[in-house]
Amino acid sequence: MKEQILSFLRSNARMSVSDIAVRLNAAEVDVASAIAEMEKSGLIRGYTAILSDEAPGAEKRVKALIEVKVTPNRDGGFDRVARRIAKFPEVTDLCLLSGSYDLQLTVEGDSLQQVANFVAAKLATIDGVISTSTGFQLKKYKESGIIMQGDEEYERLKVCF
Amino acid sequence: MSGSKSVSERLIAPHIANLPPSGIRKFFDLVNSMDDVISLGVGEPDFTTPWTIRESGIYSLEHGHTSYTSNLGTPALRRAICDYVEKNYNCSYDPARECIVTIGVSEAVDLALRMLITPGDEVIYTEPCYVSYPAEITMAHGVPVPVTTRAENAFAVEPEDIERAITPKTRAILLNFPCNPTGAVMPPEKLRAVAELAVKHDLAVLTDEIYSELNYDGDHVSIAALPGMKERTIFLHGFSKAFAMTGWRVGYACAPAPMIAAMMKIHQYAIMCAPTVAQEAALEALRNGGNAVNEMRESYRLRRDFFVKGLNEIGLDCLLPHGAFYAFPSVAKSGLSSVEFAERLLKAEKVAVVPGEAFGPGGAGFVRCCYATGADELHESLARMKRFMKSLQ
Repeated sequence: MKEQILSFLRSNARMSVSDIAVRLNAAEVDVASAIAEMEKSGLIRGYTAILSDEAPGAEKRVKALIEVKVTPNRDGGFDRVARRIAKFPEVTDLCLLSGSYDLQLTVEGDSLQQVANFVAAKLATIDGVISTSTGFQLKKYKESGIIMQGDEEYERLKVCF
Repeated sequence: MSGSKSVSERLIAPHIANLPPSGIRKFFDLVNSMDDVISLGVGEPDFTTPWTIRESGIYSLEHGHTSYTSNLGTPALRRAICDYVEKNYNCSYDPARECIVTIGVSEAVDLALRMLITPGDEVIYTEPCYVSYPAEITMAHGVPVPVTTRAENAFAVEPEDIERAITPKTRAILLNFPCNPTGAVMPPEKLRAVAELAVKHDLAVLTDEIYSELNYDGDHVSIAALPGMKERTIFLHGFSKAFAMTGWRVGYACAPAPMIAAMMKIHQYAIMCAPTVAQEAALEALRNGGNAVNEMRESYRLRRDFFVKGLNEIGLDCLLPHGAFYAFPSVAKSGLSSVEFAERLLKAEKVAVVPGEAFGPGGAGFVRCCYATGADELHESLARMKRFMKSLQ
């Protein structure tokens, strides 16, 4: 049941407990307690809204995707550097990748200057960071499975055999 | 002057002029004239064709694949179809001689009937059923012989009922399980008994398996795979329902080579070939559409479970349909006929369901509700139907 609950929540985190219960043919209390348990144990880390570029305030935010090469630390591998970078509130996403660079992070700021400052003053100076490559996001087409520009309305038949 | 016909009317062949128009055209017109209707009246998936399939169609056009294909369909698609049928239906066909690609399964049904029927031959089919069957039999100059399926048998057809309908003029039995409109499937033992009847009376069997991937509670068994059946069975299928490709119009028939050769003649003279773009998209469906089919099936199953439970809770008694994406509840407790029920529900609550009579007299007292509809709309429709049922008390 947990897997199915998660698949509903992943497509719509605001789906109500009663809706999920009906769809799974399960009792509401069981669904509610399964969700509470997953929130408590950390299987569910949080819920967020997916916004379009036109959302109020979005035009004032600048997003950058930064590729970072790192010297792994003898004891902690990439973890020590990664955890340190993750603590900056400017960093919204961070992961370790295979390939030609090591860490990929998304940084958000109020201006291009602010992001540039973060990269130059904070990120690049961290022990173990060898190089950074920053790309600023120009337009968003898809996020978390949601396509930003929907298809045009297409009228289907209302009744047919 | 009443009774007199215009020249143009007189020129229409009687067997076409006498085809009954769909009995509920008026009801459909009413639905189409209203706004904000929640429609449970469709006969197709609410999904758009999976992107990988659509993208293949675009690629095909982009690269200028706009000419005819072989009459039978592209060799690659026929090979993929025969592999798919062998793997999923346990029945092997030669792609070169035993498979033909058609314009939807509807064309395949038409070809098979025209191939089989000599004027006056009887074709047995189950009712309630998809609206086209009796008309297609008639258009092929056959005599449609309905056998009613009943709620007490979960709308499976009783082999004894079929046997009673067999006469010296019977040529074929037409089956459609999982069934539109009832969602019924055939228990394997009953299917075997029907197969034995076909052998005993030397009949052909047409099996329209358009909903066969949408079987939620068991493994689908095709009558074509039963002993002794391949030689007398025309296996009919298509991409519309499982792959959400209704508008592409691609179907197919698999049958012994002499039958396909005969069907091919009709197809060749009347149709030429199925659209090239659609055939290439269908090939992609077979190559890479399997996951999407599984996801859609699971989505229908979840919706079926809560929708059917909801119907039963508000007094619309409904068997759990094992296949397709239709619930077929009884409206007995409303005290209304199914046509009255559908019309009054539409006017009072703006929910459209299809009266069972549309699918033959055996459908009286039932309505068809398609649950391949958004979950939110299904919830809302249940709330509205509940209010409607209360208003009748």
